[in-house]
Amino acid sequence: MEVPILKQGAVLIATFQAALSDADLNQLRMGLVQQVVKFRSRAVIVDVTAMDVMDSFASRTLREIAHMIRLRGAETVIVGIQPEVAFAMVQLGLTLEGVATALDLEEGLAYLNEKFKTTN
Amino acid sequence: MSVGEIRVAINSDQDIVSARQKGRVMATELGFSSGDATLIATAISELARNIVSYASKGQITLKVVNGLNRQGISVIASDDGPGITDIRQALRDGYSTSGSLGLGLPGVRRLMDEFEISSQPGQGTTVTVKKWRQ
Repeated sequence: MEVPILKQGAVLIATFQAALSDADLNQLRMGLVQQVVKFRSRAVIVDVTAMDVMDSFASRTLREIAHMIRLRGAETVIVGIQPEVAFAMVQLGLTLEGVATALDLEEGLAYLNEKFKTTN
Repeated sequence: MSVGEIRVAINSDQDIVSARQKGRVMATELGFSSGDATLIATAISELARNIVSYASKGQITLKVVNGLNRQGISVIASDDGPGITDIRQALRDGYSTSGSLGLGLPGVRRLMDEFEISSQPGQGTTVTVKKWRQ
């Protein structure tokens, strides 16, 4: 399954679909990091609004993506975790520690703008 | 009304997605809230992933169950894999032998209302979980 990655200035926006398999997630992890390198991006927003299930593998992959991108010197923000998905994640004991999250795409972009402003 | 029983063969990571989608559809048809359907779908995802990671193949059976005054869904994950030597240890948070997060079984237990596991080394594993409609 193809995950659309949109380039918006220094920010890459990846929109996850509902039915991503483990193989899709693995492919995406590599793809995103490669694109960050290629475009010298400063940040990545991963939009998971459409994901109806976030299991242990998906959250681990998201954490790994964020850590790899951090090692490149860029920032990751996960946006759009649905309330029901958040509830299931907490029950399952899954955390996204050390990874920035925001309500939606708009909030994610606002967070990054603020962050870039203060670091410049 | 929906079919009372659905079997999904689990042979690859793609089947994990298909099993949890079928579980969500069944739960929704049974009148579960969207939040509970998410919990059920997440539990199915974890159980199917255990099959792929530890046993390579197996199956997930989704069943409508009728209690005295209530209806629910039962998810049976079974495989003929290596089995679990120490079930008590496998049910502890943070335990894993496949390099995964190791939260699978205790987490699934928290997502659902009822949890049963039977496993013997060399005999495979069967996990049965149930959730009752509120």
